[in-house]
Amino acid sequence: MSTTLPRPTKLDPLDMLDLDADFTSDERLIRDTVRDFTRRRILPNIADWFERGVFPKELALELGELGLLGMHLDGYGCAGTSGTAYGIACRELEAADSGLRSFVSVQGSLAMFPIHAYGSEEQKREWLPRMARGEAIGCFGLTEYDHGSDPSGMRTVARRDGGDYVLDGSKAWITNGGVADVAVVWARTNPDDGPKSGAVRGFVVPAGTKGFSTKNIERKISLRASVTSELLFENCRVPASAILPGVASMRGPLSCLSEARYGILWGALGAARACYEAALEYAKTRVQFDKPIASFQLTQQKLVDMMLELQKGQLLATAIGRLKDAGTIAPQHVSMGKLNNVREALAICREARTILGASGITLEYPVIRHMNNLESVLTYEGTSEVHTLILGQALTGIGAFS
Amino acid sequence: MKILVTVKLVPDTTAEKRIDPSTKRLVRTGVETVLNPFDEYAIEAALQLKEKAGGDTTVTIVTLAPESGKEIVRKALAMGADDALMISDPAAEGSDVWGTAYALAQAIKKNGFDLVIAGTQSTDSTTGELPGALAEYLGVPGVTYVRKLDLDGTALKAERETDTGYAKVSTDLPALVSVTKSINEPRYPSLKGIMGAKKKTIAVQTLADAGVDKPIGSDAARTEVTNLETPPARGKGQIFEAADAVAGATKIVEFLRERKLV
Repeated sequence: MSTTLPRPTKLDPLDMLDLDADFTSDERLIRDTVRDFTRRRILPNIADWFERGVFPKELALELGELGLLGMHLDGYGCAGTSGTAYGIACRELEAADSGLRSFVSVQGSLAMFPIHAYGSEEQKREWLPRMARGEAIGCFGLTEYDHGSDPSGMRTVARRDGGDYVLDGSKAWITNGGVADVAVVWARTNPDDGPKSGAVRGFVVPAGTKGFSTKNIERKISLRASVTSELLFENCRVPASAILPGVASMRGPLSCLSEARYGILWGALGAARACYEAALEYAKTRVQFDKPIASFQLTQQKLVDMMLELQKGQLLATAIGRLKDAGTIAPQHVSMGKLNNVREALAICREARTILGASGITLEYPVIRHMNNLESVLTYEGTSEVHTLILGQALTGIGAFS
Repeated sequence: MKILVTVKLVPDTTAEKRIDPSTKRLVRTGVETVLNPFDEYAIEAALQLKEKAGGDTTVTIVTLAPESGKEIVRKALAMGADDALMISDPAAEGSDVWGTAYALAQAIKKNGFDLVIAGTQSTDSTTGELPGALAEYLGVPGVTYVRKLDLDGTALKAERETDTGYAKVSTDLPALVSVTKSINEPRYPSLKGIMGAKKKTIAVQTLADAGVDKPIGSDAARTEVTNLETPPARGKGQIFEAADAVAGATKIVEFLRERKLV
C-alpha cells in the first residue's frame, strides 16, 4: 500500500478552515439539499419577489416536501434532525434570503415548537403533521406595538367566560400573520379567573375564528419577500381546549424565541457569505485603473476582514450547535451567537456594498437586499442592545434592565 | 420486483486528481469521496420505476467499496433506495473492470434480481465498460446508454442513445440497463429521507460472503496500466470579433457550417 503524506487542505475562500468538515455526513447532505433547493427554486426568483414584495405561498408546500418545516422536532411528521442540522439549513436558506429563512424559523421554531413542547396530544395531532407538510402555515403572536423588548407588559388579555376564553387586544410585527392558517397567541389571563390566572398563556387560534383578523404591514424596505402583519382580537371566543396546557408563564414564549434566535445566529452567516461571495467575484472582475479592483490593498483588506469574521462566526455557530445537541445550551449562549453573528453579518454586507460600488445598490446583486433584510434581523428576536445586557448580566450578576 | 442499482464511490469530481506514480492508481486519500454522479441517474431511474410499479418492488444498492464508504452509500438510501449491499474486502483492492464486474455479478446473482440499473461510467476511470461486462456475467440482455426507460410487467422498453440518434429496444426481464444523464433529473434527498436512511440496512459482505469464488484484486487483474501521461493542454480557442451579436452569430454559424457541424 502506498502512503501519502498529509497535505495542507485546499484553501477554499468561502471556508478557509474547512469548518464544514466538522459536520456529520447527514448534516452535509442536508446542507447540499437545501443549497440546491435555493439555487433551483429561490435564487432565480428572489429579486423579483423582493421587489414586488410578495411571499410565494406555494413555497410552503415545497419547503414542507423537503422536510424543512419543524425539521429538528421529533415525531408528528417532522424529520427529527440535530440542532446543528437545523442551523445549517437556516444558514443555507438565509444565503438566499432572510425573509424566506424567517418563514421557516417562524413556522418551525415559533409556531410548531410551542405546540410540540407545550401542546395537548390533540393539538399536536391536529396541527403538527399539516404544518410539517406546509399545508398549514403558522405564526406567533407575542410582540405588541407598545411591548417589544418588554413583552411581559403585554396588553392582550384572555378572559375566562364559562368554558371558553375570550381574547382581546392586538399583536404587531407578526411574520406570516396574513398568510397564517393558525396563530399561537400569547395573552395575559385575567387575575381573578381561578388557578394559574394572571399568567401569560398560549392559545392556538385558527384563522377564520370569529373576532380574529389580520392586517398586513405595508411599505417595508426590509424582508420584503416575507409577510409581516398585525393580529387583531376583538371579542374572539376560543374553547378552553385552545390553551397550550404545558406552560403558564413567560417561559413559554421566551423558550420559543430562544429556538428561533438559535436559527438566526446561523442564518446571518448565510446572508453574510452571499455578500462576501458577490464582493469577491466582483472585485476579481471589475477593472479600474487598468487592473481588477481586487489588486488594490484596500480591497484585499476588506475581503480578508470579511472572511475572518465569517469564519469566526461559523466557529461560534458550530460551538453553540454542539451545545444545543448536547442539551447543555443556555439562552446566554444563543445571545452570544445572535449578537455577534448578526452584527458582523451586517458589517460584512455593508463592506461588500462598498466593493460593488453603484452596482451594489441594485437587485442585480444580492448585496443591498441582504443588507436591508439584516436591518430587521438586527433588532427582531431580541435587539442587539437586549442581548448585550443579557450577557452583561451573565458576566456581572447585575441586571441592567427589569 | 427486485431492482438492483450498482454504484461506485469516487473522489470528489471537483477536486484536483493526482496519480500515485508507484502504483499508477488515483490517489483516493485526502480527497472527499462522493457517489459517482452518473450513478445518481441510475438510482433516480430505479426509484421512478419503483414509484410507478408500487407493490413489493424494492431498490437495492450494490457496490464494491471499502467499508469506510458506508456513509456515502447512505446518500443513495436517503434518496429512497430500500437497502444496500456493500462488498468490502481488502482482497478486492486494485481490481480492474473484469474483477469488479465478476464480483458484482456473483453478488447480484446470489442476492437475486429482476433488473439491474447502472450509470454509464464513473468519473474516476471513465472506462464505461462495466455495464456491458456485468450483463455478460449475469447472462442477461444488456441495454446500454438508455435515455428513456419503460417497464410494463416484465416487458422492458428503452431508447438507446447512439452516435446518430437513438434506437428503440425492447426485451424481457431479467435484464441490465445503463442510463445516461438525459434520462432524468436525480432528486435530492429530503430531510426525512436523510434521517430515515440511518435506520436502513447496509449489509457488508466479504468476497467469500458474496459468492465470489475467484481472486479479483490487483494480482488477479487482467489489465495493467503501463504508462500514464498528462493530456496535452488544450490549444487556444478561436475568437471572433464582431460589431454586434447578429454579426457574431453569423460568423460562428459559418465556422460550424464549414466543418459540417450544423
